[in-house]
Amino acid sequence: MIAPQELIEKITAAADYDDCIVVVESKTQANLRWASSTLTTNGVIAEQTVTVIAFVAVEGGMATGSVSRTNIDASEISAIAKEAGAVALAAGKADDQAPLLRDVAYGDWNAAHHATGPEVFATFAPDLGELFKKSKADSIELFGYAEHTHQTTWVGSKGGLRLRHDQPSGRLEMTGKSHNRSRSTWEGRATRDFTDVDLAGVDLGIRQRLEWQSRVNAKPAGRYQTVLPSGSVADLLAYLLWTSPARDAAEGRSVYSKKGEPGKTRIGETFSKLPINIFSDPTYKGIETSPFNAATSSGPFSSVFDNGLPQERWEFIREGKLKGLIAPRSISETTGVPYSSGGDNVIMEIPGSSGDLDSQIAKVKSGLLLTTLWYIRMVDPVTSLLTGLTRDGVYEIKDGEVIGAVNNFRWNESPVEILGRISSASGTEITATREFEDLMRTATPSVVIEDFNMSTVSQAN
Amino acid sequence: MSLTQSRQADPDFLALPLTAVSDAAIQTGLSLGASHVDIRVERVRTGILQLRDTTPETQIDGSVSGIGVRVIVNGAWGFASAPEISADKARELAKVAVAMAKTSGPLSTEEIALAPEPVYAGKTWVSEYEIDPFDVPGAEKIARLAELNGSLLKSTAVNFASAASMFVKEQKHYADSYGTSTTQQRVRIQTHIEAFNVGENGFESIRTLAQPAGFGWEWMGNTAWNWDAEISELPTLLAEKVAAPSIVAGKYDLLIHPSNLWLTIHESIGHATELDRALGYEANYAGTSFATVDNLNKLQYGSSLMNITGDRVTPHGLSTVGYDDEGVEAQRWDIIKDGLLVGYQLDRRIAARAGRERSNGCAFADSPSHVPIQRMPNVSLQPNPNGPDLDGLIASVEDGILIKGDNSWSIDMQRYNFQFTGQQFHRIKNGEIVGQVKDVAYQATTTDFWRSMKAVGGPSTYVLGGAFNCGKAQPGQIAAVSHGCPAAVFDKVNVLNTVAEAGK
Repeated sequence: MIAPQELIEKITAAADYDDCIVVVESKTQANLRWASSTLTTNGVIAEQTVTVIAFVAVEGGMATGSVSRTNIDASEISAIAKEAGAVALAAGKADDQAPLLRDVAYGDWNAAHHATGPEVFATFAPDLGELFKKSKADSIELFGYAEHTHQTTWVGSKGGLRLRHDQPSGRLEMTGKSHNRSRSTWEGRATRDFTDVDLAGVDLGIRQRLEWQSRVNAKPAGRYQTVLPSGSVADLLAYLLWTSPARDAAEGRSVYSKKGEPGKTRIGETFSKLPINIFSDPTYKGIETSPFNAATSSGPFSSVFDNGLPQERWEFIREGKLKGLIAPRSISETTGVPYSSGGDNVIMEIPGSSGDLDSQIAKVKSGLLLTTLWYIRMVDPVTSLLTGLTRDGVYEIKDGEVIGAVNNFRWNESPVEILGRISSASGTEITATREFEDLMRTATPSVVIEDFNMSTVSQAN
Repeated sequence: MSLTQSRQADPDFLALPLTAVSDAAIQTGLSLGASHVDIRVERVRTGILQLRDTTPETQIDGSVSGIGVRVIVNGAWGFASAPEISADKARELAKVAVAMAKTSGPLSTEEIALAPEPVYAGKTWVSEYEIDPFDVPGAEKIARLAELNGSLLKSTAVNFASAASMFVKEQKHYADSYGTSTTQQRVRIQTHIEAFNVGENGFESIRTLAQPAGFGWEWMGNTAWNWDAEISELPTLLAEKVAAPSIVAGKYDLLIHPSNLWLTIHESIGHATELDRALGYEANYAGTSFATVDNLNKLQYGSSLMNITGDRVTPHGLSTVGYDDEGVEAQRWDIIKDGLLVGYQLDRRIAARAGRERSNGCAFADSPSHVPIQRMPNVSLQPNPNGPDLDGLIASVEDGILIKGDNSWSIDMQRYNFQFTGQQFHRIKNGEIVGQVKDVAYQATTTDFWRSMKAVGGPSTYVLGGAFNCGKAQPGQIAAVSHGCPAAVFDKVNVLNTVAEAGK
């Protein structure tokens, strides 16, 4: 295979139109999966995507088109450049035109992709084997997944962009079941390299939760004061972000639209009396992300014209008020919403809050503690009403202490409304989502939510 | 059918060194002590075209190709993949896979065995489509979607229109150490068009009922699906929906149209009857199933009108193939018969573990980078041969709602409690449709729901629906699957008002 840097030079040289951006994403991954305390599948993966984006001047503006391939050999270079140009001409003048960046460099352009592989599990795998043995001895079944990924992104252009970023990511998930699978709990960890994964801590958490389930009370549907651990808060943030394009808001078709005032968004409106901040920041310690924008296609969230722009801190919610939305430059111009492509991490914090999950449990006189949220889907985009389930453990809290487990529920809630019903929060910690693995880099607090709407009981456990 | 069987995969895929690559992997794996080797050489091309009103907003033309090699060494799996298609790379991957199997050995207590299957050497299978979407010029595809959106925008009821089309061509060469080798190519397409109304009280939308299916670009004409007819009705339906009263929450008889019922089948039957799930293999991620093996031939899943089949042979089915990703020939079998649970979905490993003689051919991997796992076949509800047509079903409902089109969906990790919404909700009173209502969600427990099925429509109501985006496993895999079904009536189902649920 041709080296990514050489591929970029050759394709951009072969492109006979106004500009050409080539994005190469090289990814390596090692993964382990287990069920009933035995390894079930594993993999060593190498992937590459080469995206060629053509910019062709047409009457009244610029047309763009892109094609992506896994592997391009020397004989295919001029053909792929031509193909992207043809896609651009077929599409016609682009709606999202903005000046292309030129001559920007970042990162060690010439270095090869640094591959990850099974060796990343050198300590973890034997420890996991020991944990399997220990759990089996105590009639606990373990189910889970460990994944480590290295991705290198190169963005190069005819106009002199030479940008490179290396992104490590990893996650560990562990479900523990006991008593003929009638008890179930879950632990998740995000990591960059598996050196910081505390398996003993995971084991301890699982054992404590399974023990809590020795007593189960039936609870009816209804509204409960509810403690959400940080990972569940991160899962709830997903739809807040996925519905945040400024264009949809300005057109009146999102939860962030000002009702009855076409063209206006809810920016400036108070969503919470608490000084909640929700933002993305590429320099946030422990979940750092790319300092530049890379876009292989255009859409409500991104524009290929914005390739190479610096990825800056994006303020979404600031001191409880809606502060920003996602707006490529062209949309920024028409809506007046400042430019942002969002970011590759999300952080929620409430200045002045501290403590961990236990500190939030301690604040509840009578309520519920959740473990994770699951199967979260949009029900009504007007209010951003979501539905979902509780999964792997719901506990009853009395006078600040867990007194036993209760059944699972289906819930219906809007994350926008929920921001206004957070009554307390812990400090912010790096956490792992349960459902939305796309949100790989999150830091959130555990929170207490008033009147959480448990719509019906789910028999599942 | 004769046309299909004589067809070949594209020459540029056949020109790849398929046999040399697979032979290299198999021989290397066997020489290093593997008891089983399988290899897939794949190329999957995906096109996405999205228009906002009449201009393109997103265009993607992506192709993923590569090799995936899977081995069994001393009863443990090993897998490795790479994007380069060459005999040298295949040998290297076989070595990595064997090493991975040896590393995993100490962590594996289950000895992997595969249910036997006859050998099929040098087989070819190509799905039934007429026009390769990638052969159609981009401008022509854009023009068709712009035409459909444009005709919506002529109505004063429609402020915005969105069109999203996705088309896939999947090419796969499979070979294993028993001697099976298959080369297959299939094409599928999905187009959704949505009309939006923005008013004083927010916004409302309605989406086309057209289903994804194993067709080529011919799907976008007016023959296989009548797009022009559906689009011409959409603005009126949207205007009615905007003006419709909000549903009063309570129990209603539901007449569920196939454009909605396919998804309920997918979630509450399709996933629940995957044997790997029922055994716990997905417990950390997708979940388990209430339909555990002790329920086989015992559990009354639904009313006696309920007959569910699994198959990988339905023409234009999204899960239809000639052979699965473990070299098992496509089949059709019963999953629920007269309401009783009688079957599961299997791959070779799960079939062997469950003591079955043969897999029913449900192995699938969505890319060369991922291992084949048990994925859903086409899971379909059979029509009542003598059942009524849609008008007959409407006439049978005293106080109910006709639900058309899928929208929101969610179900718990054991497949008990579900909640679905839809695109259109037509109120039925005394056997007649009296107008639309809105803000409807229906919520039930799987077995309660299917046991309440009191009328099943005849063959005239049957539609093949489905999805491109069914997720399972870690690392996550996506599969396309079809679900055929007639319209059916369910007795007194719990209906929620979604505005009230939002606390408004």
